[in-house]
Amino acid sequence: MSAEALSSTDYIKHHLQNLTFGHKADGTWGLAHTAAEAKEMGFWAINVDTMGWSIFLGLVFLFFFSKAARSATTGVPGGLQNFVEWIVEFIDNSVRGSFSGRNPLVAPLALTIFIWIFLMNAMDLLPIDWLPQAAAAITGNPHLFFKVVPSTDPNATFGMSIAVFFLVLYYSVKMKGLGGFVGELTLQPFGKFGLPANLFLEGVNLIAKPVSLALRLFGNMYAGEMIFILIALMFSGGGVLMLAGGALQWAWAVFHILVITLQAFIFMTLTIVYLDMAHQEHH
Amino acid sequence: MNINLTLIGQSITFFLFVWFCMKFVWPPVVTALEARRKQIADGLAAADRGKHELELAAKRATETLQEAKQKAAEIIAQAEKRASQVVEESKDTAKVEGDRQIAAAKAEIEQEIHRAREQLRGEVAALVVAGAEKILRREVDAKAHGDLLEAIKNEL
Repeated sequence: MSAEALSSTDYIKHHLQNLTFGHKADGTWGLAHTAAEAKEMGFWAINVDTMGWSIFLGLVFLFFFSKAARSATTGVPGGLQNFVEWIVEFIDNSVRGSFSGRNPLVAPLALTIFIWIFLMNAMDLLPIDWLPQAAAAITGNPHLFFKVVPSTDPNATFGMSIAVFFLVLYYSVKMKGLGGFVGELTLQPFGKFGLPANLFLEGVNLIAKPVSLALRLFGNMYAGEMIFILIALMFSGGGVLMLAGGALQWAWAVFHILVITLQAFIFMTLTIVYLDMAHQEHH
Repeated sequence: MNINLTLIGQSITFFLFVWFCMKFVWPPVVTALEARRKQIADGLAAADRGKHELELAAKRATETLQEAKQKAAEIIAQAEKRASQVVEESKDTAKVEGDRQIAAAKAEIEQEIHRAREQLRGEVAALVVAGAEKILRREVDAKAHGDLLEAIKNEL
């Protein structure tokens, strides 16, 4: 997508649109060719690029980790095993530090969240036009929408945070019983006479967990992506702007390494903390 | 940026990944880590034990060496004592033997002297008798004066 052929606005908009497959207004199924068309598809559509990249990255993660896990020996570990063990120990320490209950699900869950989100975020470090251009060249469609960073799609981040939310609900009910969970929502902090206020406060508290989890990751990645897009716009300016753009892109990418790791870590840690709260019997 | 079916797709994918990770990734790695930790701990413990045993053995060796030295010294002292004892004993024996020989020699000498004296006495008595005979110009009856002669002989 060369910037000369498009206005800056179009370039930005194009980069922010997912490749959506769904039921079109004219009654046929297919890919949306404009943002408006994608919007019209409503809920019953799927973002092919988000799903594709996230599943691909998840499989990459599971492939390497299960390979290391299968050949795990107690002897001197090889390179891959060493790396995997390092990460597993790091996650294990985090879980031990924040999670006081006993649940064999939590540590693998944390590992999956951390690595998967890290990999999805790391797609941001690739120059933003490479993969979309390649996809356009392969499909022969120069206007193909193609977002390669799944975590800049709220569907992906909310998909994960809602999954975590269901786990929190499930373990809250399982550990405290339905009565205990409802009691926690309604009988504190003001006692049984302040029931509506309690329900409101605790309800907001509960809903805020998945929403903040998803929006934090999405917001950070979306903003980072946006800055990469704006920097990429400088390349069309030529000369000094191009050099400045190159330098800025490098600098922002270096800074972004911190952001993508930090966001993956925060998502993981908060998930552990929420699950810990779900397991804890307080009051 | 529309919310659509991707949301549910992502949730399902997420659960599948978590399930796979929980089933096939996490347990073997953690087991291996735990086993290695135990192996290392055992190895360190064994090394400690070995070191301790080495120290004990060294101590024992020193003790044995010292004991052996002491014993050797004792044996040498005993041998020396015994040797001096033997020397003393043989000295004593030699002295006793010498004394005995000297005594025997002395006794023999006494005997010789006695015998010589007896002989001399006999001869002197005979001389005296002969002298007296000559003096008396008569024969002394040896039988008649036997007692007298004997008394004289004894006085000599």
